[in-house]
Amino acid sequence: MTMHKFTIPVGPQHPALKEPESFLVTLSGEKIMKFSARLGYNHRGIEKACEERTYTQDVYLTERICGICSHSHSTCFVQAVEEIAGAVVPNRALYIRTIIAELERIHSHLLWLGVAGHEVGFDTLLMYTWRDRELVMDILALTTGNRVNYGINTIGGVRRDLTSDQIKKTLNAMDKLEERTKYYIQIATEETTLIKRLSGVGVLSHKDAVKLGAVGPTARASGVDRDVRRDDPYAAYDQIKFKVITDNHNDVYGRTLVRMGELMECYNMIRQLLKNLPEGPITVKVPRKIPAGEATSRYEAPRGEDVHYVKSNGTEKPERVKVRAPTLANIQTVAKMLEDRQLADLPIVIAAIDPCFSCTDRLTVLKDSDSGKKRVMKWEDLHHYSIEWHLKHGVDFSGLNSKLSAKLAKVK
Amino acid sequence: MSKEEEILQALVKKFGFLENRIKTQRPRRILADVDIGNFKTLLDYAVKELRFPILLTMTGLDEGEKIAVIYHMASEDGCILNIRTAIAKVNPSLKTITDIFPNADIYERELEDLLGIKVDGLAPGNRYPLPDGWPAGEYPLRKDWKKNKEKVGDDHA
Repeated sequence: MTMHKFTIPVGPQHPALKEPESFLVTLSGEKIMKFSARLGYNHRGIEKACEERTYTQDVYLTERICGICSHSHSTCFVQAVEEIAGAVVPNRALYIRTIIAELERIHSHLLWLGVAGHEVGFDTLLMYTWRDRELVMDILALTTGNRVNYGINTIGGVRRDLTSDQIKKTLNAMDKLEERTKYYIQIATEETTLIKRLSGVGVLSHKDAVKLGAVGPTARASGVDRDVRRDDPYAAYDQIKFKVITDNHNDVYGRTLVRMGELMECYNMIRQLLKNLPEGPITVKVPRKIPAGEATSRYEAPRGEDVHYVKSNGTEKPERVKVRAPTLANIQTVAKMLEDRQLADLPIVIAAIDPCFSCTDRLTVLKDSDSGKKRVMKWEDLHHYSIEWHLKHGVDFSGLNSKLSAKLAKVK
Repeated sequence: MSKEEEILQALVKKFGFLENRIKTQRPRRILADVDIGNFKTLLDYAVKELRFPILLTMTGLDEGEKIAVIYHMASEDGCILNIRTAIAKVNPSLKTITDIFPNADIYERELEDLLGIKVDGLAPGNRYPLPDGWPAGEYPLRKDWKKNKEKVGDDHA
């Protein structure tokens, strides 16, 4: 008996998707026979909008292409403009850009690990990683003034310097995060249920990854040894040592291992950068009008390679800005990953390429329901309030790792 | 000799049509300008012989009389070869390169939607990135295009 085929729409709004994309999935029973994607629901016409704005305005506009890889896009853009203008960016600025870049990678990868946990029904992992992610969010807020959309870049350098206090706090956070990441690596390599749920799911062979132009951790988990930070270095990447993490599992499990390996590299890179942070200015003056020219800029964003092309015409507005974000390259591999797979694997397979979605909320205006009086709670107040609230309800989040090891020791 | 200089020399030696039409933009960046008739020859050679196996993306540019398309190609060791070609703005059309790069599909659909280039040989599929109700003949990345509420409607303006 042949099974009747059904075609079901998933998205553009769907509980299993975190962002608007529409997929048409043809099923035979539970098995996926055909998969097609319709993108563009988030198209905001930013390339056209860039042509109508000045270069300085475009730094902020490109930063808003993505809510997570925001620094990736603004850096990729300013690099192209600086190349055309012939600006020699001070080394200290390049270091600071690289530090923020790797902090952004930490926040992005921890966020992904939580989402991946959630998609496979391991919500404890989501709670843990997102709790730990707050450490890096705090450092980003401390050093740049914002949790996302850092506004650190400007054409010719960066807008804020690092103080010795910030450096100290960042190094402390790296130690804590490293300890926690080691714990997650232990879970991922020893916890059988997680390994079994992720292994053999969303398979993308090395050959297909190359053929379909996969980028970032998606490609590297299929043994594609490509990373722009090493291959076509920008910012301060040619001045530090790091390993490009690859894996040959070719599946969601491999993608998890690659991202966790990259987290460990991030901590080392940030330590090197902070230790060797050169003295000097953080910006060089670049004229508002950029001479006619063109440049192609690349950047290894947390999700993979980001490409910007900028053409100038001698005015203060660009002639053309072209952006290729990593998800556009990776979404083309999803159909291959889902071939002959079960429908239940769809959410984690899509999530495993780490498609982009935005977040952030940092200032809340509260209105007292009785008096109608408004008061403003800043981020620190909210943070403090949340800890106090949990303490009052008998939940103490402090020193979780030490409590856990004490508990484990007792069991043994 | 630097990597990009070697590639440039090899290309000039092989193809007479690149004489004075190819340059290094900076370390690891080469820009070659070719007529549309020679484009495929150069692309094939770059992929097979010069080992530029990666298509980063494609950029379309409205240059007034013509529409230019840049194919951004990359090698494993970090070089980019930008191959630029131009086509007429009246009924512009290109041949697909999805036979070599299946990932060109989405980039070519983007050229169709935003610049109105017809890409021959592209498999049937969804448009990208404009919405389904977008009016025909409206190409936002053309320089003379302006937002027009009457044409594209409130939802899209």
